[in-house]
Amino acid sequence: MVVMNPTGDIAVQQRNLILFSTGVMLLIIVPVMALTIWFAWKYRRSNPNKTYDPNFDHSTTLELIIWTCPLLIIIALSAVTWTSTHLLDPFRPLERIAPGKPVPVGTKPLEVQAVGMDWKWLFIYPELGIATVNELALPVDQPVHFSITSTDQFNTFYAPTLAGMIYAMPTMKSELHAVLNKAGDSWGYSGNYTGRGYSDMRFKLRGVDKAEFDAWVAGVKAGGNLDTAAYLELAKPSEKVPVMRFSTVAPGLFDRIVNQCAEPGKPCMVDVMRGDMMRGAKPGHARPAEGQPPGQPQAQPTDKHHPGMSALTPIRTPGAPRAAQA
Amino acid sequence: MTDTLTKTVFGRLSLESLPFLHEPILLGTFIVVALLGLGLVGVVTKYKLWGYLWKEWFTSVDHKKIGIMYIILGIVMLLRGFSDALMMRAQQAIAFGDNPGYLPPHHYDQIFTAHGTIMIFFVAIPLVVGIVNFVMPLQIGARDVAFPFLNNLSFWLTVAGALLVMLSLFVGEFARTGWLSYAPLAGLQYSPDTGVDYYLWSLQIAGVGTTLSAINMVATVIKMRAPGMTMMKMPVFTWTALCSNVLAIAIFPALTAAFFLLLLDRYAGTHFFTNELGGAPMMYWNMVWIWGHPEVYVLVLPAFGIYSEITSTFTGKRLFGYSSMVYATVVITILSYLVWLHHFFTMGAGPTVNSFFGIATMVISIPTGAKIFNWLFTMYRGNIRFELPMMWVVAFMLTFTVGGMTGVLLAIPPADFVLHNSLFLVAHFHNVIIGGVVFALFAGMVYWFPKAFGFKLDDFWGKVAFWGWVIGYWVAWTPIYVVGLMGTTRRVNHFDDPSFQPYFVIAAIGAVIILVGILGFVMSILVGFLKRDQLKDTTGDPWEGRTLEWSTSSPPPAYNFAFTPVIHDLDAWYDMKSRGYARPTSGFRPIHMPKNTGAGVILSGLALVFGFAMIWYIWWLAALSFAGLFAVAVGHTFNFKRDYYIPAEEVAATEDKRTTLLAQGA
Repeated sequence: MVVMNPTGDIAVQQRNLILFSTGVMLLIIVPVMALTIWFAWKYRRSNPNKTYDPNFDHSTTLELIIWTCPLLIIIALSAVTWTSTHLLDPFRPLERIAPGKPVPVGTKPLEVQAVGMDWKWLFIYPELGIATVNELALPVDQPVHFSITSTDQFNTFYAPTLAGMIYAMPTMKSELHAVLNKAGDSWGYSGNYTGRGYSDMRFKLRGVDKAEFDAWVAGVKAGGNLDTAAYLELAKPSEKVPVMRFSTVAPGLFDRIVNQCAEPGKPCMVDVMRGDMMRGAKPGHARPAEGQPPGQPQAQPTDKHHPGMSALTPIRTPGAPRAAQA
Repeated sequence: MTDTLTKTVFGRLSLESLPFLHEPILLGTFIVVALLGLGLVGVVTKYKLWGYLWKEWFTSVDHKKIGIMYIILGIVMLLRGFSDALMMRAQQAIAFGDNPGYLPPHHYDQIFTAHGTIMIFFVAIPLVVGIVNFVMPLQIGARDVAFPFLNNLSFWLTVAGALLVMLSLFVGEFARTGWLSYAPLAGLQYSPDTGVDYYLWSLQIAGVGTTLSAINMVATVIKMRAPGMTMMKMPVFTWTALCSNVLAIAIFPALTAAFFLLLLDRYAGTHFFTNELGGAPMMYWNMVWIWGHPEVYVLVLPAFGIYSEITSTFTGKRLFGYSSMVYATVVITILSYLVWLHHFFTMGAGPTVNSFFGIATMVISIPTGAKIFNWLFTMYRGNIRFELPMMWVVAFMLTFTVGGMTGVLLAIPPADFVLHNSLFLVAHFHNVIIGGVVFALFAGMVYWFPKAFGFKLDDFWGKVAFWGWVIGYWVAWTPIYVVGLMGTTRRVNHFDDPSFQPYFVIAAIGAVIILVGILGFVMSILVGFLKRDQLKDTTGDPWEGRTLEWSTSSPPPAYNFAFTPVIHDLDAWYDMKSRGYARPTSGFRPIHMPKNTGAGVILSGLALVFGFAMIWYIWWLAALSFAGLFAVAVGHTFNFKRDYYIPAEEVAATEDKRTTLLAQGA
């Protein structure tokens, strides 16, 4: 049972949490089930050796016990919930690689960008300049930071051996911090149904040591190019997609996917939103701000719904300062 | 030119829209359904029953008959929903490695969508509403519900919704989007065919019925209780029916609004839930789950009420901790609004929001736990008769606690991160819905059946139903918990890893055992009917009951109570019996009753036509049927022949018959 035997520290902590809370709940579940069977047996009509008290319908002591016992269990679980939800928040950077092994000072996590597509997973390693489809190799004991999105459907990025799942959603970016502690292959999935090819939307998760990882990267470097044209071809719905490897990736591809503007000529979402925001502002209150477009093509006034928008509004990269007040 | 004409007349309906012409599984289903339907029509025609059915049942505003019709609808749809379940289990048991199974994704995806939609909207809701409809007015000493015509209309609107879903089997296709049809998948861009439209229109039409019914039930409990029955003297089942329907009134508008906005996206080109132009699909998820989570309690609260009534009756004791039971019910009602986000912890709401919703979810387990203890201590020092209804209660207590435990586990966000959308989750909610709701519905049907029909169900086949369901549940769902922990996600139609296969085979066997349970229940009705003279209930009180419904005859007369009872204590009938209540045998007066009307059937028929026309873009028909709906609705308000009096002599004759019957039994 892979959820019970994971190889990543985050998933191990989640497994421990499941075991701990199940244990705490069994403290009350087992007695209740035992009492049910015992009372059902003891107070059956054919048993002459029992007390029958048809008017026994209240006991303050018992009432206190039956409300307090579940309350105590839930207080304990609530405390655990509060702390574990904060500590295991997928957006929170890792503090340790394994129990008793803090992340060495100055370690930069490996950046991986994951994109749920119809019906395959695209992984971009931006620092290495490579990309793969349906194959995710991670060096053991190396903290990883995932940026996750999707082209058009709500998927969940789910690698049970590594860490819990998080939704991959179009126009939004989720994050996940995780680390794999053991070498070995396992499977990753999308947990959320997305249509025809969903059942076979799987990726191979490969845990490898540092040397093997470098060799794997070198191998990927021998693959093709994921330029815009190749990406658009890849983005077409396809099923049971075999592993693919790309030695180069079009710059800013992930950001353009998030902003729904991977296609040349399509305006990026940030720009459209900025345009709408500017239009709502009082005349004279908005002034063009400095900024670079996240991708190349969106600077042209091509938005068919808002012709002339680009002429009116400047482009802003995510994180760039808002329009200065006049 | 002819093309335009065809499009105008038939919308997008064409011969291509009849999938049973080219899919053998559907062809077989179609032939069976057609033969059964023709057979049924033939029998009804041969015995000249159309007039009887129309006058006595279809147009009836009697809450008892409407309750029974709801239950029949629920059982029929259960057979449909369960065939879907069997097909899914068979597919998952064989589709491994090179074997793609016998259902292509196109078909499989419709089946799991239809299964979920039907089981919740057209099985669970009609059965719960049906039992509430039948039992609650009797329990509060009323002669009917507050708005008898509305009750009839609610039922037929639900039928119209169910018919639309059934129609999608043979004309067009059903949605392939999962039972809540999440955006953006359910948007026009990714689901352009009729499936999602069938889904939306059938649930919109049925949803109007459910909302109206909920308003009706709340008004009934608030306004129509017998004198002396204060809120804290109401039977627990009535309390749970009240809370459940208050919840339903609050939540169904959210679902209706979500579906309406999605309909606008699909028909009017708006962008509420699309990925583009500022649409927010996540908002759809929030809106459907603001309905969806409380909906679980809409179903399970009356189930808790059923267990409470049965436990008290068959232990021969007052219910332990009545007021704590009532407060627990009210607390659950309120808390159930505060937990919907736990259905998508994994969307990245942030740890503080997730913790809030996680803890709020767990807090619900406190009143629920208290309820379990209350049943437990009702059994304590009792004199338990293990008749069928009580067997269901014990099975529920042992099954439901496990489901409750896995539920609390899923409420812990980091644990949910690994279990969400997995088959563990699917096993959890089947555990609580089968163990909690379905067991209660069977217990309730067995318990109140003699009240409705005057004879008990056959005990042997009832036991077959019981053991089939209980054993079948555990055999079918334990392996699904296990494969969930192996990392399998839901709604998958094909697996590569052969190590899952044994578990799915066991699960399929479990489903077959449940089938034995379902058939056993049908048999218990048939055999019970054949042996109705032996199983006859002359007393009106076959189980030594404690609440008012057992004070009247089985089946109750149209007017329920010749004299409205006066209530002095909780467990009113037990109180009356122990104080030596003598049934009045004279001094009857005419009884004022509501009159039957065909308006509900006509309105719902028009709603069905309207839904069908909208689904197929047959605009002229949609406009016509909508105008018809409006005209009939307005016209009905001018129908002033809404009531009549049952003459005193007729009441006296009915009551005399019962006096004779009681004397024979004594």
